[in-house]
Amino acid sequence: MRSKSVAAAVKHAVIIIAGILMLYPVLWLVSSSFKPNHMIFTDTGLWPKAFTLDNYANGWKGLQHVSFGRFFANSWLISIMSVLGNLATCSLAAFAFARLNFKLRKLWFSLMLVTIMLPYHVTLIPQYIIYDKLQWINTYYPLILPKWLAHDSFFILLMVQFIRGIPRELDESATIDGCGQRQIYGRIILPLLVPALITAAIFTFIWSWDDFFSQMIYLSDIKLFTVQLGIRSLFDPSGQSDWGALLAMSTLSLVPITLIFLIFQRYFLDGIATTGLK
Amino acid sequence: MPKSRRPLSNEHNFTAYLFLLPWLIGFFCLTLGPMLGSLYFSFTRYNLLSPPEWIGFSNFVNIFTEDPTFQNSISLTFQYVFLSVPLRLAFALLIAMMLNKGIRALGLYRTVYYIPSLLGGSVAIAIVWRQIFDGEGLVNKFLGLIGIEGPSWISHPDYIIYTIVSLSVWQFGSAMVIFLAGLKQIPADLYEAAQVDGAGKVRQFFRITLPMLTPVLFFNLVMSIINSFQAFTPAYVIGDGRGGPLDATMFYTLYLYLKGFSFFDMGYASALAWIMLLIIGALTAVLFVTSKFWVFYGDSKEGR
Repeated sequence: MRSKSVAAAVKHAVIIIAGILMLYPVLWLVSSSFKPNHMIFTDTGLWPKAFTLDNYANGWKGLQHVSFGRFFANSWLISIMSVLGNLATCSLAAFAFARLNFKLRKLWFSLMLVTIMLPYHVTLIPQYIIYDKLQWINTYYPLILPKWLAHDSFFILLMVQFIRGIPRELDESATIDGCGQRQIYGRIILPLLVPALITAAIFTFIWSWDDFFSQMIYLSDIKLFTVQLGIRSLFDPSGQSDWGALLAMSTLSLVPITLIFLIFQRYFLDGIATTGLK
Repeated sequence: MPKSRRPLSNEHNFTAYLFLLPWLIGFFCLTLGPMLGSLYFSFTRYNLLSPPEWIGFSNFVNIFTEDPTFQNSISLTFQYVFLSVPLRLAFALLIAMMLNKGIRALGLYRTVYYIPSLLGGSVAIAIVWRQIFDGEGLVNKFLGLIGIEGPSWISHPDYIIYTIVSLSVWQFGSAMVIFLAGLKQIPADLYEAAQVDGAGKVRQFFRITLPMLTPVLFFNLVMSIINSFQAFTPAYVIGDGRGGPLDATMFYTLYLYLKGFSFFDMGYASALAWIMLLIIGALTAVLFVTSKFWVFYGDSKEGR
């Protein structure tokens, strides 16, 4: 019995030490953002020997008279519009695939599955050309519109699988009570779909927040910059960056995602476990 | 009865296509149309300003015969995929095994190990990585403590790839969560029976755990390979954004981006995109074909 509990203690110790090592880069980022600029690379301890908020004040000023507050507001706008779009259009499509009998259902469904695995880059250039012709470069339409066209098929699949788990008897009794398919969607399926909707909302939020590649391609006007673009612009690879400001804004950029994760982590981790999201 | 069934199926048809309308528009305008578009552009010379000019297979011939950057970026990307995916999955499985079996505080540990996957995709973390792997950064200070003099991971073209691989491996948490769910599905009586038969822990792992996990492993493998092939942000931010030092961060997607959006050689970039699609398609097909030999779907599915 004794050796068993020792073994368990050792195991916990290994897991905890490995966990601290895992989190070390993040902790380093947070702690360095509170150190005076000249100490960031000399004082390697996690607890700052001198504590300052100057980095946050300097960083918040942003670039070329556009403050980081603007970048944050832009990122929030894009992410929230993306979330709403994905929830509305993916749940409609998922209901159709999971519950309705219609012509060519199997064909559309298998095409939808294929698009999940399709690399983004194979459609990138014509999409860019279309948005360019529509004069949508330097607007948020290229970032938001795809979400309103259920372009992230992964979430359709997530919701289809969830809806298949909802007992059909509920639909049938609603039909007897005189509900049409659209009412079944709105009154029965949608309220029961909430856990899947939350999972999809969180992932959409995080992916839109972090979607550096698309933001960089479509946005060059500094007033439209997102948090990711702002940070990348503060950072000069040749080494002349204001590291304090950079690390302070980097820390702030991780706050919304971390908070959302900590609040909703039950949905989040169960969502990954059941669907195998990234 | 047929009378009442017809309006029902009509209602289904109409409602279904109404509900699918956004997705259908997206499918034709954002997926199928652009795919055919980039196939067409791959046979042209096109810089956005003048109309595309048909040049047949020239782009492909150039890519395969006189483009050393392409060959370098392909082999670099394969190196990245084949280093980071197995390592990431191995770590994920190892930690998942440790966390399985009713350990206390599982929820807390799971959260801690998942946080890197949550934050790893951001520019902020890529910048942190660049800094801690720097010549005098944290990693080398740590190596110094145990008497190893680390190289300058960032500025040396031979080592920067390992910096990027380590960032990917660090994010093993999401795969771990999937493995944990898979491990939970394995019936405990299998282990009890094995114990009665005198099988040790190692034997149990290779004879029970691993075969029962193969469906989950297969899924993780396919998704990780597809995603790793498209990695962009780490290469862009940890490198100098132009593929340097000495093209050591010229990942395939970065090369495609530079061709398309720095040199505005849209035809060439489209050809690169289609080659990428074919490579990913081939890899996935190989995995699916070989899966018959190593992925074990339990009796429950075969029996039915």
